[in-house]
Order: sequence, then C-alpha cells, then structure tokens
Amino acid sequence: MTALVSIDHVSHSFGPTKVLDDVSLHLAPDSYTVLLGPSGSGKTTLLSILGGFLNPEQGRVMIRGQDCTAMAPAKRPTATVFQDYALFPHMTIGGNVGFGLRMKGVAKAERDAKARAMLDVVGLAAAFERKPHQLSGGQRQRVALARALIVEPAVLLLDEPLGALDLKLRRQMQDELKAIQKRVGTAFIHVTHDQEEAMALADHVVVMNHGHIEDQGAPERVYARPATRFTATFMGESTIVTGQVANGMIETPLGRFPAPPDATQVAIRPEHVSLGGPIHGEVSDVVYQGAFRRVTARVNGIDLLARLPAETMLSTGQRVSLGIDPAHAIVLKA
Amino acid sequence: MTRAIAVAYALLLYGFIFLPVAVLVLFSFQGTLFPIPPFNGPSLRWYTAVLGDARLTAGLGNSVVVALISSAVATLLGFLSAWGFARFHLPASAFLRGLITLPLTVSYLIIGMGLLIFFNWIGLPKSLLAAGIGHVVINLPLCFAIIYSQMGDHQANIERAARDLGAGEMKVLLLITAPMMWPALFASFFLSMTFSWDEFVISFLLTRFETTLPVEIWNLLRAGLNPKTNAVGAMVFGVSIILAIIFELTAFRKRPQ
Repeated sequence: MTALVSIDHVSHSFGPTKVLDDVSLHLAPDSYTVLLGPSGSGKTTLLSILGGFLNPEQGRVMIRGQDCTAMAPAKRPTATVFQDYALFPHMTIGGNVGFGLRMKGVAKAERDAKARAMLDVVGLAAAFERKPHQLSGGQRQRVALARALIVEPAVLLLDEPLGALDLKLRRQMQDELKAIQKRVGTAFIHVTHDQEEAMALADHVVVMNHGHIEDQGAPERVYARPATRFTATFMGESTIVTGQVANGMIETPLGRFPAPPDATQVAIRPEHVSLGGPIHGEVSDVVYQGAFRRVTARVNGIDLLARLPAETMLSTGQRVSLGIDPAHAIVLKA
Repeated sequence: MTRAIAVAYALLLYGFIFLPVAVLVLFSFQGTLFPIPPFNGPSLRWYTAVLGDARLTAGLGNSVVVALISSAVATLLGFLSAWGFARFHLPASAFLRGLITLPLTVSYLIIGMGLLIFFNWIGLPKSLLAAGIGHVVINLPLCFAIIYSQMGDHQANIERAARDLGAGEMKVLLLITAPMMWPALFASFFLSMTFSWDEFVISFLLTRFETTLPVEIWNLLRAGLNPKTNAVGAMVFGVSIILAIIFELTAFRKRPQ
C-alpha cells in the first residue's frame, strides 16, 4: 500500500510527560483525516510533528515516500492552517495568499493571478486589496486556507481551524472545508476536539487519548462499532455497563447481549433505546431538546440514557418500560 | 473649595516644571544683551547669532548625525537581541535579559568613565564615534526593553507560518518580523534620538575637537549668560519636544487588530 503519510512508531515527551507514545498511522491520498481527542491527547503535537515544527524524539515520518522526520517546515510538502490564522497583518490579502509563491521566486504578475484564482476558490475574490484586520473571523479563516493551498502541498494540516468561530459559522465552514477539499483533491489532516465536527468532515477519523490512538476508521464505523470504551464515550453519548460472559452471551444489568468470550462491557447508544420493552426503571431526568427528549432512567442501579420522541410525555419519578435493540449494542473488550 | 485647591496645586506643579523652560524660551527673544528682566523683545537677533556661529552649527550637525546613527544602531541591536530572547530557548535567559537592561540603572557618568578608560585601553581616540558608541550603550537597553515587550506568541505563530510557506530566517526577519514590529521599532528609534540629542555627560567625556551641541552649549555657558545660550537652548528644547511627540504618537497609537 502506498500511503501518502506514514507515521512510524513516533514518541515524544515534554519534560516528564509523554505526549505521544509509539504512534503509528498511515493515511491515504485525497482523504480528509480528522485527529479527534480531548486536550492533552497529543493530537496537536502529532500535527506539529507532521508540519515540521517539532522533531519527534523517536520514530519516523514519511510523506510521499520521502523521509521528513527532521526536515524543516519550509522544505517539506506540507502547509499549515493555524488556529489563530497567523495572517501577515501588514500585507494585503493578495500579498498574504501570494507569499508562498513569492518565496519560490514566482514573478509578481503570475503570483497575483494565482492568488486571485485561489481566493476565488475560497469565495473571497473581492478581498484581494484588503488588509487582514478588515475581515471577519470566517473570512480570515478562508484567507489562511487559500494561503496554505496555493503552494500545492501534498498534505494540508489544519490546527483546530474552526475553534475561534461561532457555532453557526462553524457548521457553515465545515461544509465549505469539505467541499474545498474535494475540489482541490489535497489530503487534509484536521485536528479537533469536537466530535460532531469530526463526523461531519472526516473520511477517516483517528481518535486519540493520552498520547496513543484509541481507534481509527470511517466515522460511521467508529461511531457504530467503537473499538474501545474511550471511543464509545468520546464519540457521542452512551451508557456503559459491565457484565459476565457465559455461553456466548454477556449478562448485564440491562439484559443479555451476544458477545465474544473476552467481552467485559456493553455500551448502549441513547438512540437505540426505545419506549416499551422488558427493562423497567424510574425516570430520573428529562431534558427537552427540540427534536427529541433526552431521558435518563434508573434501571437496576444504572443510569440508562435514552433518546425518545419529543412528543413522549414523561416526568421525573415516573415508572417507564424501555427496550434495547440488541443488534446495536456495542460490546467492548477490556 | 477643594476644587480651588486642586487647581492651585496643579498650577503650582506645572509651573514648577515648565516655568524655567518658559523663562528660557522667553528671554531667547530678548532684544538686548542680557537675558534678564525687563523683557524688551521680541527679537530674533540671538537666533541669527546662533545660526551664524560656526561652532554651534557644527555642533548641531554633529548632534544630528550622532543621534541618527547611534539610534539606528541601538534599535537594530535591540531588535535582534529581543528577537533572539523571544524566539529561542537560551540558557539563563532571564539572567541575560536582566544583564542587557542593567545599564538603565547605571549613571551616565559611570558608563562614560568606563568607556573612556576602555577606549583609552584599546586605543580608540576621543571622537564623535566614541560618543556615538556611548549613546548606543545607553540606548540599547531601552530599545531592547521596548521591542521585547511587544514580541508575543501570536507573532511567533505568524513567523512560523512564513517559514512553513518557504521563507528562510533572513526573509522572516525582513519581510515579516520587522514590518510587524514597526511601531515598536519606530518608538525605540525616536526615544533613542531624544536621549542622544540631549545627552551631555558621555559626549563631554568622549569627544575632543568635534563635539555635540550640548557640549558646545556648555562651552558657551562658561563664558557667562547670554541670550544666545537661551536661543540655542530653546532650539534644543524644540527638537526634543518634536521627537517626544513622534515617540508618543508611535508608541501609544492604537493599533488595528
């Protein structure tokens, strides 16, 4: 397999803290990869290592078959979109976008033409003569994107690019990022702690925790069949119960589910819990969320989370019968 | 009542500060031979006398040259050292930063004497060059402190972005860092100009035949009070005011973003 990016056994520490612990990752060309994890999971460190801003203590980074482990950022085929955009405040937008070409010695007329074309790609053709401080956050974001894409990197690295935007703009920029990625065909590696953002954008999601990779794959797979307990809790909500396996079934306080012999826990997504069924409990919390009701029921000493239709009339303290779709129960190993 | 006291206090305070200067400037326009009341001007005869005095005009030219060059050098060195301290992990960084700013606390007399002995030792004669080096020594800590205080992590990220896009260190400094730091560089330069322009002790100790305007004024004063000293003093003061205003405008201007 010819991976575009290969990270082999990379480890790195800041002082006594091991932020990356033997991480290996292989990414396909043209893909949109999202590194997802809580703060301190090592995702940003991994991105810095890919961008060349940090040399890993151990391990190797190959990009397009070239060993880039100790290569300077200027030399490697990556470009970074920084969280704070890091636009050059004293240059026009055109100057910002054309900077990478200027460093390559491209003549002014040609780089201006290319900068205009790239600004057009991100929908900011009119801003060429303006200065960064005259633009809104979302517009600056697009300029940062255009500035990084113009050097035609093999990999575009995005460090929490939507972190500074408000929710509405964020969702809108998500769609645009995805569309731009498909249009230019460059591989994007995007760091975020927002699992909704990860699911919306990623072709390939990599869940990180405590400096190692917990799980990776298509977002649908990672959500529906998370490999670890951490993934099950970080990618969406779930109720986790422990149980004992006997005769191919795991016995839990919420019922019996088919399971392999080494299973220890079962995670239940709230949307797979429905009204009416063999599980009896008492409602302990109801939150109206518009499209649905988020109900917590106390069942055999377990708080079972359920996503029920908005028209369901339940109140705290009420007895309720619930059912779990066994096909969707997520069986976890130790 | 309290308001009246406050106003009176303010008048006294500002009078205390500015009255001597006001008197100096007023009697620079004196029509007769002595800068003492009664005032019988205004007359520009003493300004004409100053501009006709070859020694004073030469001193004026020397002061301008020394101030311009020493300030440019102090700003450049201050910028480079601030950048080094802000961007690289240096051993004993805090101690070395303290050492750079330490000359701010040492009197000009001590610095001047030290330089005098040192220049004597290495065989550099008393000259405008020696005084200019002295001005760099007193202004460098100030330039460093101003520029260093303006270097933040946000700018470090902007420099990183430039490197990421293929810029070498020299280009990062010239095309990104220096233009971004422009207000701080400008402010350092003009503050250095102000101090160099007024500086007497170091220039007095380190120059001999060619010297700066404050030393020439002192030579003039030794011959006794004369409205010409007032005129040249008023001119020095005027230039200082202009430099200080430029400094204030650049240092305290609100920056976009």
